[in-house]
Amino acid sequence: MSWSGTILRVNLSNGNITKEPLDLKLARTYIGGRGLATKILYDEIDPRLDPLGPANKLILVTGPLTGTNAPTGGRYMAVTKSPLTGAIACSNSGGYVGAEMRYAGYDLVIVEGKAPHPVYLWVNNDRVEIRDAAIVWGRSTHETEDALRAATSAEAKILSIGPAGETLSLTACIINDKHRAAGRSGVGAVMGSKNLKAVVFRGTRSVKVAHPQAFMQACSTAVAKLKADHGSGEGLPMYGTPGIVNVINAHGFMPTNNFRFGQFVDADRISGETIHDQILIRNKGCFACTIACARVTEVKAGKFKGSGEGPEYETVWALGAMTGVGDLAAVTKAGYLCNELGMDTIEAGVTIATAMELFESGDIPEREIGHPLRFGDADALVEMTEKLGRGEGFGAILALGGARLAERYGHPELFMGVKRQAFPAYDGRGAQGIGLGYATSNRGACHLRGYTIAAEVFGVPRKVDPFATDGKAALAKASQDATAFVDSTGTCVFTTFALGPADLHAMLELATDAGYTVEEVLKIGERIWNLERLFNLKAGFSAKDDTLPHRILEEPIPAGPAKGKVARLGEMLPEYYRLRGWTPEGVPTPEKLKDLALYPTP
Amino acid sequence: MPKVLSIIPEKCTACRACELACSVKHYGEFNPSRSRIKVSIFLEEAVYIPTACTQCTEAWCAKICPTTAILRNDDYMAYYVVDDKCVGCKMCVLACPFGAIELYADHGKAEKCDLCLSIDGDPECVKFCTPKALLFTDEDADPKAKQSAVALRMKEVYKEVAG
Repeated sequence: MSWSGTILRVNLSNGNITKEPLDLKLARTYIGGRGLATKILYDEIDPRLDPLGPANKLILVTGPLTGTNAPTGGRYMAVTKSPLTGAIACSNSGGYVGAEMRYAGYDLVIVEGKAPHPVYLWVNNDRVEIRDAAIVWGRSTHETEDALRAATSAEAKILSIGPAGETLSLTACIINDKHRAAGRSGVGAVMGSKNLKAVVFRGTRSVKVAHPQAFMQACSTAVAKLKADHGSGEGLPMYGTPGIVNVINAHGFMPTNNFRFGQFVDADRISGETIHDQILIRNKGCFACTIACARVTEVKAGKFKGSGEGPEYETVWALGAMTGVGDLAAVTKAGYLCNELGMDTIEAGVTIATAMELFESGDIPEREIGHPLRFGDADALVEMTEKLGRGEGFGAILALGGARLAERYGHPELFMGVKRQAFPAYDGRGAQGIGLGYATSNRGACHLRGYTIAAEVFGVPRKVDPFATDGKAALAKASQDATAFVDSTGTCVFTTFALGPADLHAMLELATDAGYTVEEVLKIGERIWNLERLFNLKAGFSAKDDTLPHRILEEPIPAGPAKGKVARLGEMLPEYYRLRGWTPEGVPTPEKLKDLALYPTP
Repeated sequence: MPKVLSIIPEKCTACRACELACSVKHYGEFNPSRSRIKVSIFLEEAVYIPTACTQCTEAWCAKICPTTAILRNDDYMAYYVVDDKCVGCKMCVLACPFGAIELYADHGKAEKCDLCLSIDGDPECVKFCTPKALLFTDEDADPKAKQSAVALRMKEVYKEVAG
């Protein structure tokens, strides 16, 4: 129960559309979502292939709780080989499109090959068509959704790429429901490489759970816990994710001006409180979400006029603190542009910040950009964001992402990220656990593979000292495995502020009747983590890639509460490998793989 | 006193939990297209409006039904469909100006909101509406409160104009 039981496979090269039964034993072993799609990708592609070539596959996947009333049960993921990192990618998004995919009858949509010309996929229950996308090619994600709803069904839910994805920018994301993003790792460029502009879903079928009444009761219990929690019940609905701007800044690990500083003098001007007072229209939920952290906002006047959703915490940081811009209207406008043109706000912001540092150091000549590009320049930020999205002028170079930009100008050490994916909004010199998490994340630098900040800052499940390295290897591993489980169910990681694995397990078990125990679902999380690791090892990664930039390892934070701190990765990484059951070279041992039912290596 | 389903769109966060609660209650499965309440989401305008049967005093669906399959439960002032009597003629679907009654191919019968014929407590959609955009309230309390709210807004306008 609870899985739809059907895989939709579309080959864009020859136009073949097939429906295959989902192997329910496999689904049970990997739950769904991130886990199930990773297993299928691992089995079906050579991890060494060119991610932007036709042999790469893009898997859109839901979890068994997607489309149910489990709080936040509306998530889908895009799983593929990342063109940004060369590693496994799994980008996760809310909105409504994931649930609609379930109602159309599919757990997974596997897209293969490359269309000879731009197309979109129209999935209307069991009727599936590859349609010409000439009318929307080149257009924004918002225009694309409006045009394709008009061309299909007013009730259709849509995911699409913008000009950034079409032009294969490595910052490109997939946008759905106009404002929600499967953001990281350049998954939008994979869609673009396949000439796939959009996938349009309309579904009128059911998602069935094994024990509907008991399941609804478990949902009510979970909702009550989410409401009672300070974070998910008060902070997130009231101030959204940017509600933590002032908190992280006060801790002294809000990366500023490309990680040159640990505090941003204008933090409060881009905070959740200021957003609430100046531009918030209302809060909003994704499908089945009772937290409702989304910001529906409007900049009513001035040169940065606009409306949309956001900015999120990561957005105000990447486009704000990282670029030194404290003008909320400009940061918000740049965020809107990212949604409309289809870029990951983190990658876009960090790339522009990298360019700013390279300009100020004299490594990028002004003539190449066309004008000065200094930290704190709000006009330049908005202009560069738009150029990046459209691949125009210097934007075509920014479109490669920060890592390749820094390499191009001879200073790879000035790129702030791991495995060529940019850091998010916590300095690993301040919070040691997140530093380890960045170094070991299977998709490159990322806070959502294992949010150790929950413990290091917010005391969930219990407060630990952010500056200490003791216990951080265990914390990072536990967070990573638990998150892989959460992602695979089709619910949102934000529930974990209030819900433990046992709460989510209760809903999953009542939905699937699969006989899972809490221990087993966490073990499945560990299995998924190890399988992602195996993919990356096959793709050519090794322990030497589990590292951090020179600035984070060697240059202390210059001032503030985290003054003098560097990331002490060397104190944590060997222990992390040991706890993982990996060799000192970061390779899972046969014993560990046997323990996880991954041996012989699949 | 009979109660009504009060809808307060300003509080709706567009999560659609009401649709899911409704479809599970009446159908046993998660399926918004089988829900009797629907949230219309206008993303551009940031307006989210749940709509359901208004339980009209003079219900055209009931009036037009040739088999008298749509009856009113006078305790709850809710109209409901008697499955055994419904022949699937679709006259009610044509008659309802709100699209609040539908016919489904699998059983060929009309379905509409019956307020869960709630004897004790709230209809299922109300129970699962976390932001409290749906309330099950006394029939006449709500309009009076709304009139007061409108009057309050008018007072502000008058003050501005006079000011």
